[in-house]
Amino acid sequence: MSADEAQRTIRCLVAKVGLDGHDRGAHVIARAFRDAGFEVVYSGLHRSPDEIVQAAVQEDVDVLGISILSGAHNTLVPKVIDGLAEYGALEDTLLIVGGIVPEEDREDLREMGVAEVFGPGASMKEMIAYVREHAPER
Amino acid sequence: MTEQLIEALLDGDHRALARTITKIENRSPGYRDLVSELHAHTGHADVIGITGSPGAGKSTLVDKLAKAYRDQDLTVGVIAIDPSSPFTGGAVLGDRIRMASNVGDMDVFFRSMSARGTLGGLSTATTDAVKALDAFGKDKILVETVGAGQNEIDIVRTADTVTVLVPPGSGDDVQMLKAGILEIADLFVVNKADLPGSDRTVQELREMLGMRDRETRGHHGVGTPGMNDAVERNDGDWTPPIVETVANDGTGVDDLLDALADHRDHLESSGQLEARTRSRYAAEIRQLLREDANALLAEELDARGGLDAFVQQVLDRESDPYSVADELVAPIEECVRERRND
Repeated sequence: MSADEAQRTIRCLVAKVGLDGHDRGAHVIARAFRDAGFEVVYSGLHRSPDEIVQAAVQEDVDVLGISILSGAHNTLVPKVIDGLAEYGALEDTLLIVGGIVPEEDREDLREMGVAEVFGPGASMKEMIAYVREHAPER
Repeated sequence: MTEQLIEALLDGDHRALARTITKIENRSPGYRDLVSELHAHTGHADVIGITGSPGAGKSTLVDKLAKAYRDQDLTVGVIAIDPSSPFTGGAVLGDRIRMASNVGDMDVFFRSMSARGTLGGLSTATTDAVKALDAFGKDKILVETVGAGQNEIDIVRTADTVTVLVPPGSGDDVQMLKAGILEIADLFVVNKADLPGSDRTVQELREMLGMRDRETRGHHGVGTPGMNDAVERNDGDWTPPIVETVANDGTGVDDLLDALADHRDHLESSGQLEARTRSRYAAEIRQLLREDANALLAEELDARGGLDAFVQQVLDRESDPYSVADELVAPIEECVRERRND
C-alpha cells in the first residue's frame, strides 16, 4: 500500500563533545544538512561522551557527526565508540568526525570505527554526498 | 522481526524503543502491525502536552518537569516536535539542548521529532510514538509541540492534560477572546514571570476565564461532531488554573506539578479521563479509516489508468467531477454492500 512506502528521512546527530567552545562549524553543517533534507539533532556545546551516546541511541540516528576542534579526539572518540557498542548501536550508525585532526591520527580513528574524517576545506557538497551514499541500510 | 522488536521493547531495551519510534515515523513496512501489538500494553501513562509560542520556554520547562518527576522516582518519556522545512523536508531539532537537568539519565527517554510537513503542531507519528513510550512503561509522557501560534491544537488528540504557555506581553484582552489555542488549555502557565508585564498577562487570562460561559461550554467539544476529528472536551467543572513560572531557575515548577496533579485527579474522579480517551480513540479510528479509504481509492484510480484521463474528460465536458467520483466509487460500494448482505 502506498501509505506504507518508505518516507525515510536521514537522521543525523551533530555533536560537540568535550571542552571545545567552537560551534560555528557545527552550526553551518547542521544548516547544510537541513537544507539537504536531513533531520538534524543538534547536541549543543560541551557534551560528555555519555550524553552523546544517550542522544544517539534515543534519537536512533543514522549518522553521528562529531565535531572536535580541541585536539582531544583520541580520548573522546573511543569513549563514544565504546558507549555505542554497549547499546548495540555501533554497527548501524555511520560515524564521522569533523574538525582539526592531524593526518597521522586519522588512520587510528578509522580503525576504531570512524567511517570518515573531514578536515578544514572539506566541501559541504562532498559531505552531503558521502552521508547519502553511506547512511546505513536498516 | 516485529515480534522480536516488541519483546525487546517490553523488556526495557532502549534501543528497541528508539527503533520502534523510527519505524513509526518512517511508516516502515510493518509499522501498523507494530502499533497494533503495542496497543494492548498501553493505557498506563499520564500524557501531558506542553504548547505555546516559539521561545515561550517549552523545552526548558519540560526539562524541569522531567527532573521533578524523576525526583519522585517516576520514569519519563519526552517527545519534542520541531518544524520541518516546507522546501526540503529537512529540520534542525534543537529541543534536546535544553535538557540539561537530565543528562546521562536513561530513564528520561527524550526523542526529537520533525513535524514532517504536518501543520497542527504535532507530527502524524506522534500519537503512535506516545503509544510506544506508554507500552515501554513510562509513567509520565511529556509532549512538546512545535512553537504554536493560535490554531495548532492537535495536541488535544494526544494528551490527557494540555498545558498552554503564555509569555508575558502576549497581546491585549482582544487576543484573549480569540478561538483556538487558548480554548484547549487545561492549565495556563505564564512563563518568564519575572519579566515586566507578566502580572497583566495573568490578569487578562483570569478575565478571559471569568467570561467563559459554563453552560454553553458544557455542550460543545472542540469543533463539530460527525466524520471529522473533533475531540470532545466538554469539561464544564474545571476552571484552568494559571501558574506563574520562571523555567530557567525553576521558580513555580512545584506549583505547576501541583496543578498538573490536581487536573489528573479531576480527570479521574469526574470520569473525564475515560470520556477523553474514548473520544480520542474515535478520532483516531476515523482518521485511519479516511487514510485507508483514500489509499484504496488511489489504488482503484491507478488500476483505471490514473486521474489524468478523467480530468481530460471533465475538461472536454464529456463528464463532470461528480460522475467521475460516482464511477470510481461505484464498484467499491457494490462490493461492500454485497459482503454486508452475506
